[in-house]
Amino acid sequence: MAEVLVLVEHADGAVKKVTLELLTAARVLGDPAAVVFGPPGSAGPLVDKLAEYGATKVYAAESGEVDQYLVAPKSDVLAGLVASAAPAAVLVSSTRDSRETAARLAMRTRSGILTDVVDLDADGTATQSAFGGALIVQSRVRAGTPVLTVRPNSVTPVPAPAPATVESVEVTVSDAARAATVLDRVVEVRGSRPALTDASIVVSGGRGLGAGENFALVEKLADALGAAVGASRAATDAGWYPHQSQVGQTGVTVSPQLYVAVGISGAIQHRAGMQTSKTIVAVNKDPEAPIFELADFGVVGDLFQVIPQATEEIAKRKE
Amino acid sequence: MNIVVLVKQVPDTWAERRLADSDKTLDRASVDAVMNELDEYAVEEALRLKEAHGGEVTVLSMGPARAAETIRKALSMGADKGVHVSDDALHGSCVIQTAEALAAALGTVEWDLVICGAESTDARQSVMGALLSEKLGVPQLSGARRVTVEGSTVTIERQTETGYDVVAGSVPAVVGVIEKINEPRYPSFKGIMAAKKKPVSTLTVADLGLDSATVGLANATSEVVSVTPRPPRQAGQVVKDEGDGGVKLADFLSAQKLI
Repeated sequence: MAEVLVLVEHADGAVKKVTLELLTAARVLGDPAAVVFGPPGSAGPLVDKLAEYGATKVYAAESGEVDQYLVAPKSDVLAGLVASAAPAAVLVSSTRDSRETAARLAMRTRSGILTDVVDLDADGTATQSAFGGALIVQSRVRAGTPVLTVRPNSVTPVPAPAPATVESVEVTVSDAARAATVLDRVVEVRGSRPALTDASIVVSGGRGLGAGENFALVEKLADALGAAVGASRAATDAGWYPHQSQVGQTGVTVSPQLYVAVGISGAIQHRAGMQTSKTIVAVNKDPEAPIFELADFGVVGDLFQVIPQATEEIAKRKE
Repeated sequence: MNIVVLVKQVPDTWAERRLADSDKTLDRASVDAVMNELDEYAVEEALRLKEAHGGEVTVLSMGPARAAETIRKALSMGADKGVHVSDDALHGSCVIQTAEALAAALGTVEWDLVICGAESTDARQSVMGALLSEKLGVPQLSGARRVTVEGSTVTIERQTETGYDVVAGSVPAVVGVIEKINEPRYPSFKGIMAAKKKPVSTLTVADLGLDSATVGLANATSEVVSVTPRPPRQAGQVVKDEGDGGVKLADFLSAQKLI
């Protein structure tokens, strides 16, 4: 079977969950070949986990230089692997870095690119959800090597242990790739909460909170659930919560197992960012709020009463 | 500093959007069309850079005849001139073809910076900046929440999930901006009147020197096979808080094995 290249996302010596999802999806198309970027020594600790989820090969593209430049060195290496391994497809996560890596690769190899894929068939047909989840679209690439970005949380990771061979790949950073230099990486919020885009549970707050400090209620519930925190545009525009936490049409799209909407009415632009969530729970004082049309479970009431009570109850049951 | 801003006309996000039954491309006719909201930030940033460093702002858009309205809107905000890539042969273009056409159009304009928004609200692929940077062989400075220009060096703060990366490159470059970067201005009445007189040139496939065998739906690098409306979500259970709403919420999560 042909190889399917999977761009590995990792942090602190561990493979991110989205990569396990990609490996699982890749298996319907061929033999997953995981591509690891990072400084020397990055791939080693990841191999067992990648093999457990079906990687038959691990390409170790290790170089201290990769992280010094924006995205392009990864596209260079992937383009080299596309030429040498003739893979059936290239799968990456739909995060900004990986999506842009994929775009450059697609342009370089003049291949079709499909973004935010949520499901893959053996014949290469990809399922996407369009217009904020209103439509289910099936698409196919018909030029070059299919380049697919897969939305986190769309595929359930299933182990399929396979022996993996490790092959090191030389990283040569082209002059063009050196054109955008990363001078510094600044961490502003070092939280213990999961990242919004790939969290299994998301708790979001909206206009109903009334003030930025009331987001503490949302954060407490999120922490009780082990969830990421999101916000509606009304809340981020008001400066109550950081912009990068905005869920919706002009923000992040999430598709978690559980989405809890706190004081969010559910305008169409918000729904576009969360309506493909598996289970939706809403708390709002307005019984007519459109969010209740989507909710699997809704509580009409004062969030300042309901949310602390729910948080306490959840914490109690988790003990 | 001459700047080209990319803008796209999209269906209003307040409307119910569809793909056409006939060829599964975007149904542009049945809904109100507006400038992609995220492009307004790109236009604003271009105008601010022009105000600080001088030069000219050109608005570039690809789309059917009607997309001229969106170019006019950017001109009414203060851009100097427009370039409209418009040709029936381009209908149904994929992102790769679109990037090729825009790259060809950029060859007809003098520019130091290309600025684009984070994504279009219709296709939401968020790839155009990266595609163009690769195609043009210039630095990609995307995801910017802040842009500074000193001489020929452009430095951005690229938003990340935990903070930001500082990324720099030399002009010519492609810059992608996010919503957080600024507050777009509204066109003034004077701006709207002035926009009517600003020059907009139209470019066809022939003008761009593109091979007609590579453009349009028939030659797209990807195709839509089927379109189905998402089945409506099953109506859920909504309870009124009688003092035990939080407990009932926890009960639901327990029953669903979510806690």
